[in-house]
Amino acid sequence: MNNNKEHIYSLLEQVCDPEIPVLTILDLGIVRDVICADDQEIEIIITPTYSGCPAMDAIAFDIKLKMLENGFNKVKITYTLNPAWTTDWMTESGKSKLKSYGIAPPQNVSSRINKIMFNEEQNIECPLCHSIHTKLLSEFGSTACKSLYQCNDCKEPFDYFKCH
Amino acid sequence: MNKSSNQLIDYTIYLGDCALILGQRNAEWCAHGPILEQDIAITNITLDLIGQSRNFYQYAAQLINAVENKNATEDSLAYLRMERDFKNLLICELPNGDWAQTVLRQFFFSTFQQLLFEKLKDSPDEHLSAIAVKSIKEINYHIKWSGEWVIRLGDGTEESHNRMISAVNNLWMYTGEFFIAADYENSDLILLKNKWLDKVKDIFDEATLTVPENVFMQTGGKTGNHTEYLGFVLSEMQSLQRTYPGAEW
Ligand SMILES: [Zn+2]
Repeated sequence: MNNNKEHIYSLLEQVCDPEIPVLTILDLGIVRDVICADDQEIEIIITPTYSGCPAMDAIAFDIKLKMLENGFNKVKITYTLNPAWTTDWMTESGKSKLKSYGIAPPQNVSSRINKIMFNEEQNIECPLCHSIHTKLLSEFGSTACKSLYQCNDCKEPFDYFKCH
Repeated sequence: MNKSSNQLIDYTIYLGDCALILGQRNAEWCAHGPILEQDIAITNITLDLIGQSRNFYQYAAQLINAVENKNATEDSLAYLRMERDFKNLLICELPNGDWAQTVLRQFFFSTFQQLLFEKLKDSPDEHLSAIAVKSIKEINYHIKWSGEWVIRLGDGTEESHNRMISAVNNLWMYTGEFFIAADYENSDLILLKNKWLDKVKDIFDEATLTVPENVFMQTGGKTGNHTEYLGFVLSEMQSLQRTYPGAEW
């Protein structure tokens, strides 16, 4: 049964986030558990990044499809909110993949949202020229999980996967 | 159905309704925001709010179906209830007005929501507690964004300052309702009032705005007595399901 679970994880490694396709759902840390009741039935527990993440339904569908392609017909997807997802669950390989894709990866726990008005997260590295002289353009970006920054050196605007 | 399960259902629906109706109002800004980045910001906040409402409605549906043997779903709760069934705060259903009024409403609401959810976090009800913990992370961003806008406009030009003053005058009478407990709420809700006022005063000081005093407070949303605006919000939001019942993507 353990082998089975490992096998399922290796299949989940092939399911990508529909909005940031360089990341797998394991990189993102949204797969919380896999329960193999017997050889036939599997329960996959996932958690949303943000309450309104529109990718969740697509991800659940992609997981089912991947399982079906590999002969698992009885798959149950369960959503959980507790514990709440955090960017700290993103894998190191996920972070480096993000960076080469052109999105600055989230910083760690100590630097999460600064509640003081007009204070912004500092030292976000430009994924293009690696300068840390960057500025926040908008706390909200092209998807719920990103904010928009600009590099003061190479002037390119870029997405930052914000701490959560 | 006993009183306490009825109250839990009403309370969960109240929380979902506030998030949904404010989300629906904010969504009216989609493609009409003052600049692209802010259009994206307000619609991101909308997405968070609609997501929160879905979480509350899914739980409410589960509770309803457990006691009443009905077929409630998150969609039936959003699309098939009538105006009087909605329990959202009146402030959520008001028209957006200008940008000043929209950001000030978001600031008032998010500041209240954060205080409420910090308490809800410790609720013995693990569903509500989990939704609260999840939502607070999002709300922190909403407060920061809207608070910065209140300061920027309040302490901005003469025009922006005057618009902010009008927004305060238009909205203040709807803020008392936050703290008046409906029969499905804990009466200690009133304890949040001073904390909320302190936070608002901090931002108002920076924004060179004054907190109004002795204002008559409007109420009714929590018990389904709404302004004339809610009907228009619902008729637009529900039109598809009303016209083509059961339609799916
Ligand atoms: Zn650069």
